[in-house]
Amino acid sequence: MDKLIFLLRRLGHGLATLLLIAVMNFLLIHAAPGDPATVLAGESGAADEQFLQQLRERFDLDRPLPQQLAGYLGRLLQGDLGDSYRQQQPVIDLIVERLPATLLLTSSAFALSLLFGVTLGVWASRHAGRWQDSAISTLALLFYATPLFWVALLAVLVFSVWLPWLPGFGYETVGAGFTGWARALDIARHLVLPTLVLALFYMAVYARMTRASMLEIVHQDFVKTARAKGVPEGRILRAHVLRNALLPVITLAGMQAGAMVGGAVLIETVFAWPGIGRLLFEALAQRDYALLLGTFLVTASIAVLFNLLTDVVYTLVDPRIELS
Amino acid sequence: MNIRRRTWLACIAAAAAWLATGLPSGAMAQDGPGGALNVAIFPEPNIIVGGWGQTGPSQLVNGNIYEGLLRYNDKLEPMPGLATAWAISADSLVYTFTLKRDVTWHDGQPFDAQDVVFSIDKIARTLNPRVRVALQAVESIKALDSHTVEIRLKEVFAPFIGLFDVSTIPIVPRHLYENADLAGKPPAGPIVGTGPYRFKEWVRGAYIHLVRNERYHEAGVPKIDNVFFHVIPDAASRAAAFEAGKIDVLPGGTVEYFDVARLATLPGVAVTSKGWEKFAPLAWLWINHRNPLFQDLRVRQAIALAIDREALSKVVWQGYAPAASGPFHRQTPFYSAATVQPQRDKDKARKLLAEAGYQGQSVRLVGLPFGETWNRSAELVRQNLLEAGFKVELVSTDLAGAVAKASNWDFDLAFTLMYQYGDPALGVSRNYVSSEIQKGSPFNNVGGYQNAKVDELFRRGAGTADPQQRAAAYAEAQKLLIDEVAAVWLLELDFPTVYRSKLDNLVNSGIGLNDSLARAAFTSR
Repeated sequence: MDKLIFLLRRLGHGLATLLLIAVMNFLLIHAAPGDPATVLAGESGAADEQFLQQLRERFDLDRPLPQQLAGYLGRLLQGDLGDSYRQQQPVIDLIVERLPATLLLTSSAFALSLLFGVTLGVWASRHAGRWQDSAISTLALLFYATPLFWVALLAVLVFSVWLPWLPGFGYETVGAGFTGWARALDIARHLVLPTLVLALFYMAVYARMTRASMLEIVHQDFVKTARAKGVPEGRILRAHVLRNALLPVITLAGMQAGAMVGGAVLIETVFAWPGIGRLLFEALAQRDYALLLGTFLVTASIAVLFNLLTDVVYTLVDPRIELS
Repeated sequence: MNIRRRTWLACIAAAAAWLATGLPSGAMAQDGPGGALNVAIFPEPNIIVGGWGQTGPSQLVNGNIYEGLLRYNDKLEPMPGLATAWAISADSLVYTFTLKRDVTWHDGQPFDAQDVVFSIDKIARTLNPRVRVALQAVESIKALDSHTVEIRLKEVFAPFIGLFDVSTIPIVPRHLYENADLAGKPPAGPIVGTGPYRFKEWVRGAYIHLVRNERYHEAGVPKIDNVFFHVIPDAASRAAAFEAGKIDVLPGGTVEYFDVARLATLPGVAVTSKGWEKFAPLAWLWINHRNPLFQDLRVRQAIALAIDREALSKVVWQGYAPAASGPFHRQTPFYSAATVQPQRDKDKARKLLAEAGYQGQSVRLVGLPFGETWNRSAELVRQNLLEAGFKVELVSTDLAGAVAKASNWDFDLAFTLMYQYGDPALGVSRNYVSSEIQKGSPFNNVGGYQNAKVDELFRRGAGTADPQQRAAAYAEAQKLLIDEVAAVWLLELDFPTVYRSKLDNLVNSGIGLNDSLARAAFTSR
């Protein structure tokens, strides 16, 4: 019962946060110079004042800002995200079309980075000070410090251009007409490079964090006690050390999971991955207000959701933590 | 522990084997004799309904689905399109088009003169600002019979015959759009044209797929069965996709110029600058004539003399964009080689600036956010101006910001790129005549240049059909604009198209890839 009340309260907070985000985003975007009509005109190569005026009237951009904001919030509360100015289609359709690709990419990268990051971190801490530790720490530092888009371009160059092993752009082989398992495998192949690159950075973060956290806990008294009682080493590692060492990792993973959806912009751009991060970025460049606000809202909702989820996972890993 | 390690290794080995052997991901589908043509595109088109889709990328796709009454060769002479013949009356006021018979829309409905009248008079006039201006000269558009259309003009408008390509006035099906709300959203429903390719599928963010129109009205075309336009947002990734063999065509402007130079050296790769004759893209610097500093001719001359167009062309644009000689692109009709803007002379620029009493006021230079090549151009121009003694502040923005700044006259010097559309009356005069000074659009006389003599010359050039009189008027206008430094003209950007040399006939009209790919074919080379 307590848990339910906690969850409901957190959900309420989440919704209030989202509303605040919507208002702030609306004001920030409208503060940027230029509007969707100017961008459309810019790409058309010709436009007169009358044409731009027509576009603005059609998009309701000729009304005062507070009225536009009120109208937007009103529609939002009815669950209507509006139409994309540029594509003249419902925002919700455009987002729903693109969300699965991003979720696939980010969830694979998330799982991969968490799995390998923690494994490498544990391994490094077990061999602290020896060459395994140095190798892992050096690599982690390297991937942590290298810009993602550069790694991405290099990966395309090496594995797609020089060694034509893996596709370097897109979501599937266009025009191949694969169905069923063949299509799934084809998508999986396209997924490899973007996932790896996106995962590398976080893998490095988790490895470093797990290693540090493990080394800290290994020397604490309860571990020594367990060892003195003759608990097998493997069990000490899993039940006593890892379990405690994972708490900071979970905090970070929760934040990462929430941010990954919007944070995949660079990877989606380099790999031409048809996801929501790119949709967001292009909407920003094109001043497609409705679409941009819609994608912001969806990614923010996911972040809020993952925050909540993280809290729940805490209690599972460490039963001493209570939801309240 | 050992067992687990072994399982891990097995998993990794299996994954590696699967990746290396792989599925048929190497080549794109090549089913059917005509195969598939893969074209890169960016930005993604917004709308590809003919008449509604007017951004550059929309036109790249639409030229395959829709058709115009006419096509134009690289000398901008009309060729048959949906019209097989055309006649212009002796007084240059009546244009009569004879339409091709037995043409059907992709949905099987017959095409006739009513479609043409509707497309020009209703769709283009309402939705296309560029055509609306040109159509102000029109008195009436009528269908004389089911396959003849007559257009009467109120006054002579010399470039009129140049308006009928697919990227200017696409012919769209009246039976589908008759009741469309022209002030609202583009109509939903099937995308139907008469063109050589039919619309198949658009996966947003990924690709647009067109298929061969089996019932196309020209025998033997199209040659290729499937055309895919792949949306690839990053310029470096587009170059990589081409290099990896996944893309066959990089249309002009989709790849950075240093990559053009690099890709051109690869085996089996061809580069052409043809296909931009009608657009004749010219890049220049707007001078904001409202700025008191620039009202002194000597200051404007100093700017023009400061800039090293040859370096811009050779270094930044890798030799693919020749230096501009003035307000007319050399491929625009009535270009006069008699007057060209002066070459770079740094010392003279410094001297003029001193004579004008320049106090070191800061000059805001607004770049164009079209990628690395443009950024470098802005930096070079800034460097040139600094060397001549100007104090320069580089303003960088995204596209919306740049367009807004130009439209609202919020700059001192600003880069621009504009098409000349095959006639000075369509693509040159709008930038310099005083009637085109209006806030709110980036495509008129943004600099605010005013000269009654220039106004008169451009009016004379458009209002007579006699080529000699037109040439004389435009030559004089060109000279005046250069003498007065109305703007600083930089480069003629005939965007190079990079493609596989096994492709024949890729570019075969004056609008290049914006015309259909119907005549392109793979050879065995």
